[in-house]
Amino acid sequence: MKGRHADRFPNEPFRASAALRNASFAPGWILDKGFGIVAVAMGISVFVLAGLLGWELYRGAEKAISRYGMAFLTGSQWDPVAGRFGALPFLYGTFLSSAIALLLAFPLSVATALFLTELAPVWLRRPVLGLIDIMAAVPSVVWGLWAMFEMVPWLRQSAFPFLQKAFHWLPFFQGPIYGVSLLAGALVIAIMITPIITSLAIEILRSVPPTLREAAWALGATRWEVIQVAVLPYGRSALVGAGVLGLGRALGETMAVTMVIGNRPEILLSLFAPGYTLASVLVNEFAEATSEEHLSALFAIGLTLVAVTLIVNFFARLLIHNVPFFFSPRPLPLQPIETKQ
Amino acid sequence: MSRSLPDPEGSAPASSRETDPQKIPAAFQIEELRVAFGSRPVLHGISLEIPARQVTGIIGPSGCGKSTFLRTLNRMHEFTPGVRIQGRVRLFGEDIYDPKVDPILLRRRVGMVFQKSNPFPTMSIQENVLVGLRLAGIRNRSLLEERLEEALRMAALWNEVKDRLHAPGTELSGGQQQRLCIARALAVRPEVLLMDEPCSALDPIATAQIESLIRDLREHYSIVLVTHNLQEAGRTADFTAFFLEGKLIEFESTKKLFTNPHQKQTEDYLTGRYG
Repeated sequence: MKGRHADRFPNEPFRASAALRNASFAPGWILDKGFGIVAVAMGISVFVLAGLLGWELYRGAEKAISRYGMAFLTGSQWDPVAGRFGALPFLYGTFLSSAIALLLAFPLSVATALFLTELAPVWLRRPVLGLIDIMAAVPSVVWGLWAMFEMVPWLRQSAFPFLQKAFHWLPFFQGPIYGVSLLAGALVIAIMITPIITSLAIEILRSVPPTLREAAWALGATRWEVIQVAVLPYGRSALVGAGVLGLGRALGETMAVTMVIGNRPEILLSLFAPGYTLASVLVNEFAEATSEEHLSALFAIGLTLVAVTLIVNFFARLLIHNVPFFFSPRPLPLQPIETKQ
Repeated sequence: MSRSLPDPEGSAPASSRETDPQKIPAAFQIEELRVAFGSRPVLHGISLEIPARQVTGIIGPSGCGKSTFLRTLNRMHEFTPGVRIQGRVRLFGEDIYDPKVDPILLRRRVGMVFQKSNPFPTMSIQENVLVGLRLAGIRNRSLLEERLEEALRMAALWNEVKDRLHAPGTELSGGQQQRLCIARALAVRPEVLLMDEPCSALDPIATAQIESLIRDLREHYSIVLVTHNLQEAGRTADFTAFFLEGKLIEFESTKKLFTNPHQKQTEDYLTGRYG
């Protein structure tokens, strides 16, 4: 029977062209294979690079490690002239300045992100977002310059005396005020990681499905309750992740901190006292390290810094998966209900 | 090209019920409701009385303003920038757009179920059902337990989840999740339930379950059901309103509207002439 399209479609089954039927590979198979090989190589190179980095650091630090062992991490004396190398003051300064910075920056960042995604009028959002991204891109040394010439004098003259007056009974706020101090270092880190965490937090909050917000609205939630019930629980693990990224950045932060932290390898309880960090001692002493021993100790500092960052990341990841976030709504005080029939 | 008229007899709402919308007390009285997004008008003066303790279906082609209309009934448009709402909407006599009315409290009286089931992913089944009560500040444990079972039973979900109330809500199947969302809306005992195409993402079995649930719920609730699906309106709604291009074309008892529409446009839509 002749169909409507008989003129266009001959009355026999469709066959692919002879060229296609006889080909043994799809055209482009070389690209496909090639891409596969390149991708695998790139993947492997990550491990190779990490391995090489660890190996080089270890080789450089071998002398210090064999001489001091774990005592390198617990020794509180750092005196290159006398040939005494203990890294504890740097560990202390790194941890404390980063922890204070994160404590200040994280709530501020999450609050800023919440404001911009949930509350701010639409016309305000774009300019503020742009500003935050610019702040995240300012080079470390520029922040350091600003902190050295503007922030530190202000801290010395106004902020620190005020804090000392208000909290003189706390050991953290006692002792002489120089301006350059562990707290100044922590503040400059906080200022630097705030735009980074904020920027990440905004992306996270934006990814909260609108249907969840609507569900909360429809149940009669207030603005704050929508945030508490729908927005933060959905984003909590990602927000902790953003905090961890900020912390990673804080631990390794070098230039700006070096410029304002005071660079004195001592463990002092007062936050107004100068401190020192792992990254700062590397940048300050590498060029001047003449003795082999000194150089080896600096390599050991570098190895410690890498290890600290890895360990912090590891524990933060555990935290993300296991601990209920402090923002999550209070669990209901209900026991499982006995089945009634 | 022909599409048969949905059969309003099949599992039709009890035919003994009142069929004249004028004779039933109204849940919502809507007068000259106009809604515009920016300069684009979406609803052009809708006047409608939605009867209490009945299922009112709203049908019409895509973009006719059905969902927009539904969302004016619990003031969900407040979060849409540039929206303008004129006219009057009264819930049991009270003007819900009166400045003295708190939209938060209004939404506790007017529950809503959405097109896509949206249980809170970090909450258990129990927490999902009770979240509305918790937001309302209810802490009394025995009351919470009572409402949990009541809401889940009303949503015909109790027997399926009673042994795993602490499992995450997202572990349930699609149809169960939608019933969980219905239970969540019912737990605060609203006066009205708005449903925005609640079955459009579900398979036929889950759809049948939800539809039978809607028919049972009408004993207690006034339900407004927006649907794409004519058969669904035919099966579940007592009354049906037909919207076209932001206007209410016809509002009648479902049986009358489907078998003997007054308006040519209604007939054209029912026989498949507008998408």
